[in-house]
Amino acid sequence: MVRTCEAQTRLSKLFQKMSLEMYLDLFSQPCRSVYIFAKKNDIQFDYKKISLFEGYQYSEEYGKINLLRKAPAIKDGDFCLAESVAIMLYLAEKFHTPDHWYPADLQKRARVNEYLSWQHSAIRIHGSKMLWFKLLIPKALGVEIPKEKIDNAVEDLNASLNLFEEKFLQDRPFIVGDQISLADLVAIVEIMQPVGAGMDVFENRPNLKAWKDRVRAEIGVELFDEAHQAILCAQESVKTMDPKRMEHFKPIILRYFLS
Amino acid sequence: MPLELYLDLHSQPCRSVFLFAQINKIPFEFKAVDLSAGEQYGEEFGKVTIIRKVPVLKDGDFILTESIAILQYLAAKHRTPDHWYPADLQKRARVDEFLSWQHTNIRTHGSKVFWFRGVVPAVTGAPVSKEKMDAAVEDLNASLKTFEDKFLQSRPFIIGDKISLADLVAIVEIMQPVGTGLDVFQGRPVLSAWRDRVKKELGVEVFDEAHKVIMNVDTLPQTFEKKGLPEFLKLKLQKMFN
Repeated sequence: MVRTCEAQTRLSKLFQKMSLEMYLDLFSQPCRSVYIFAKKNDIQFDYKKISLFEGYQYSEEYGKINLLRKAPAIKDGDFCLAESVAIMLYLAEKFHTPDHWYPADLQKRARVNEYLSWQHSAIRIHGSKMLWFKLLIPKALGVEIPKEKIDNAVEDLNASLNLFEEKFLQDRPFIVGDQISLADLVAIVEIMQPVGAGMDVFENRPNLKAWKDRVRAEIGVELFDEAHQAILCAQESVKTMDPKRMEHFKPIILRYFLS
Repeated sequence: MPLELYLDLHSQPCRSVFLFAQINKIPFEFKAVDLSAGEQYGEEFGKVTIIRKVPVLKDGDFILTESIAILQYLAAKHRTPDHWYPADLQKRARVDEFLSWQHTNIRTHGSKVFWFRGVVPAVTGAPVSKEKMDAAVEDLNASLKTFEDKFLQSRPFIIGDKISLADLVAIVEIMQPVGTGLDVFQGRPVLSAWRDRVKKELGVEVFDEAHKVIMNVDTLPQTFEKKGLPEFLKLKLQKMFN
């Protein structure tokens, strides 16, 4: 009897692991938040490592998973889902993760939702720009971004970080209060992106740095560092990238960053 | 104390919040914020929120920004019909997926076309360059194509048979460039049919009421002439064209 039960448990864990696929590239901020969330909560998944730099998102194969051609994406049985915020809300609900990640309390949940919404057009956009301006565009196009453009981008990022500290964090340990939530997770992976580009966003921001240390400790130092290994080595790894393999980025760069 | 909603119906996210409250008969006090006069940068509004954006909800002492968060809050607090934000895991995920994607796609591109066609010429007296305009319209078209191919497909509404927050947020964003005279529904029969369905579900009268100011945006030049040009607008335009 015992052996049958064990076998059944192993089988159902295996089935569970096989049934959830996650398509991730850890250079990407939203991939990191999904990865950390799943690992932290012991959610078993089949890790499908993809390379955005090599353009896998444009393949026919990936189009079947996510027509939006972005990462992260998950495939849970037959159900495909894109957008990291949607994915984490789905996983939180499905796997009954601890309440503090996405509190049931109306006002606390609203505060998480408020941050998750605001960040799209604020920290995410401005943080992303730094990696492109400082590392990827010079590599892909062989051009240096004019100082004025970089200064404007840094100014925008600083404005977002100021708002983050003044409105979202204030003097609380975490965004919603005493406990870490999806808001902190999404915030930290975005804020780490310009760090990977060589910009020390924590310099002269002791409150932000203290929050980062708290978040890193709550997530688990090992998991946090593992998830951020790729982005923190970006300066080195971009040096070895082949510009010829970055052709697919040219139209995006010209339209969004250099127009 | 009644619920207060700080709104300017020129703004897409204000329209979705306005429509949602009206349709679900959620009583509220309409606190008008005049964006064209730069009121969001005034001292008074700064006491409401330092984010300095609309919409804002004030429920007693609880102040909340971001239309998506406000809609989710109102849906939960007032226990609105399930179809708006379904309890079903996969249906809800589909709503969340759209609500997330739209920020930097339809919203960004629709807004840009609105600024380029409706606001910039009213401020500077000159049109935006053809190159910039064509690029903006191209981006909007790409977003609309993705909307039709991925989010709508052959369904009556985004997640199926019933309207949800996803359709509400989509329609107010798609209407933004329409206000400047760019009929995005022309040549798009599937999108037009969806628009008609959404309008009917919301209620034609309340839909039209919500969209009245945006459909009259060609009066902006007179507005600026009368009230003067707010400082923030000059700075924003400078940055936009740098």
